Amino acid sequence: MPTTAERSAVFYGFSSHLDDLVDFANFLIQLLNGVQYGLLLFMLAAGLTLIFGIMGVVNLAHGSFYMLGAYLAWSLSSHLGSFAAALVVGTALSVVFGLVLERVLFRHFYRRDHLDQVLLTLGLIYVFEESRSLLWGDDVHGVPIPPLLRGSLALTDTLSYPFYRLFTMAVCVALALGLYLLISKTRLGMKIRAGAFNRDMTEALGVNIKLIHAVVFALGVALAAVAGMIAAPLSSVYPNMGSPVLIMCFVVVVIGGIGSVRGALIAALLVGLVDTFGQVLLPQIASMLVYMLMAAVLLWKPEGLFRS
Amino acid sequence: MNSLPDNRGPSRRQVISRAAAVVGAGTVSVLLPQVARAQSSKVRVGLMLPYTGTYAQLGVAIENGVRMAIAEKGGKLGGREIEWFKVDDESDPSKGVENANKLVQRDKVDVLIGTVHSGVQMGILKVSRESGVLNIIPNAGVMAATRSLCAPNVFRASFSNNQPTLALGKPMVDRGLKKAVWISWKYAAGDDALGGFKESYTQAGGTIIKELSLPFPNVEFQALLTEIAALKPDAVACFFAGAGAAKFMKDYAAAGLKDKIPLWGSGFLTEGTLEAAGPASEGVMTTLHYADSLDTPRNKKFRAAYAQQFKLQPDVYAVQGYDSGQLLVIGADAVKGDLANRAALYKAMEAVVVDSPRGKWTMSRAHNPIQDIYLRVVEKGDNKVVGIAAKALADSGAGCKMT
Repeated sequence: MPTTAERSAVFYGFSSHLDDLVDFANFLIQLLNGVQYGLLLFMLAAGLTLIFGIMGVVNLAHGSFYMLGAYLAWSLSSHLGSFAAALVVGTALSVVFGLVLERVLFRHFYRRDHLDQVLLTLGLIYVFEESRSLLWGDDVHGVPIPPLLRGSLALTDTLSYPFYRLFTMAVCVALALGLYLLISKTRLGMKIRAGAFNRDMTEALGVNIKLIHAVVFALGVALAAVAGMIAAPLSSVYPNMGSPVLIMCFVVVVIGGIGSVRGALIAALLVGLVDTFGQVLLPQIASMLVYMLMAAVLLWKPEGLFRS
Repeated sequence: MNSLPDNRGPSRRQVISRAAAVVGAGTVSVLLPQVARAQSSKVRVGLMLPYTGTYAQLGVAIENGVRMAIAEKGGKLGGREIEWFKVDDESDPSKGVENANKLVQRDKVDVLIGTVHSGVQMGILKVSRESGVLNIIPNAGVMAATRSLCAPNVFRASFSNNQPTLALGKPMVDRGLKKAVWISWKYAAGDDALGGFKESYTQAGGTIIKELSLPFPNVEFQALLTEIAALKPDAVACFFAGAGAAKFMKDYAAAGLKDKIPLWGSGFLTEGTLEAAGPASEGVMTTLHYADSLDTPRNKKFRAAYAQQFKLQPDVYAVQGYDSGQLLVIGADAVKGDLANRAALYKAMEAVVVDSPRGKWTMSRAHNPIQDIYLRVVEKGDNKVVGIAAKALADSGAGCKMT
């Protein structure tokens, strides 16, 4: 049996042109990897930055919503036997969860000091972790990729790109577009923006600001949970999975500019690409690169790339 | 940050003073005078293992093994009854010293058996080196324990992190796999495993064309698998363990690499992960100091007895626990239960030939097992022994000075 090296020598040895093509395909795949990771980060950061920009709440428990989504995807897809059904039911559940959480806890913290909010949401992380442990245990679980989305797109004989990752990108792009249209083109979006700009005046004009806030909060929770759901088959489902993601989210929000959804998108893509290419080109310092990027951006623009 | 005027929450000073009150309440209990205990005639054995969290099952397997080994020898140590003390270390390194002190200072144990996680082990090492209490390591492979931080009262019954991979290089080159990519998590155990692989692979004439790593416990392997596909090495060598290992094998197969580039690794890759990895693990080659399927009378007897007693199949961790128990029994018998006679106790433990389910092993000068490392291949969801990858393999113990 010829080794891989021999086979590829036979296949590519006579043509450097083909070699270039392989290099290009490889570069393209890494580019896709980076964009895919970036888009996923964007979904998380968008919720975080919305909740901060509109209600002024610093939410450290945002990573827990991502974890919630992942566990919902695992639990529901094993009970319902369908990933698509799990996505639909899971999204609905996370919206309800967001609305309840907003009504019971967060509503009372909109006008409170950031320190109070940090204490509340830090405590919530522990509450969510313990609840997760009681409800779903501490084991690691894999979520199978739905049969329709298995397999991959072959680019060369050894390089291919999984369909499921293309699917996650499509979902993120669709949601980003939906978010943009909602905020800038609808009446509701107009009220949201007005409320963020001047809460009391907006309320005086007869807008139900409480309802607007509840909707925005639930939207933020749902975005994070959906990110967790579609990430579950790629990253598996495990305790504390929200923490590293939360840190990355804050990095994205800080780079992009606090409260700016557009900034979050640009920053998330930047972080995704830096992290991916860093892992491949500079493996020794890959884990630091994202923070170095953040430091560099803040030195250049202390407010982040885009201020809201 | 646009901070709103705060007129409802507690002032900063209130927050701080309340926090101080809570912390104060916690420390008072620590300062209470110790209640003096009557000297008991029992040997006090402390188990510091993870009973919750990711490694909970490992803790249980180790404890089962320890108890089984002692029960087989009559349930006593050198003729003395045993009093057990247990602490859950939660695999939390930040509580390592505190938990070890619970056993050493509070419970006054004669021997501390622990632990699984290398970070927590560092805490135990600190406490056992300062107090001189006998420590038997049933799993943690942290190199320092039997190198720069070795001590007369610290004995390892498991392996050092570089041992499995010290046996990995030669069989790979023997099969014509001369260019390899290494991949693992970037943390102590991963770096140690790489050290062992680098040494053995380059000595055998192989070249590591790239070292890839990702932060622990990240399991998003996509970018690195893409890189492997582009590099087209003869083989991939890796160190992963637990759920991340199962996922790595699955992703490796899903990326279409499984049938093109053979996957090799430190044996933890395929310990307790085969069911989760399914067909993706078929054909994966690993090196380890044990295999469930080891076809020796000693191993078969052990496995049958363990399964009958605990209604569980034993694994490498159960074997290491069992050998920790055996080591303690041999030492205690040699000094007739007088564990205070340290010189004689350590001497006996240094001279052991442990009749283990993994095969006979002895103690190196730095107190690390000198043991055979097996070459295994995954066949139908089982680690089948192909042969011995390295006979009586010892870690160098570089930097160890026994004082």
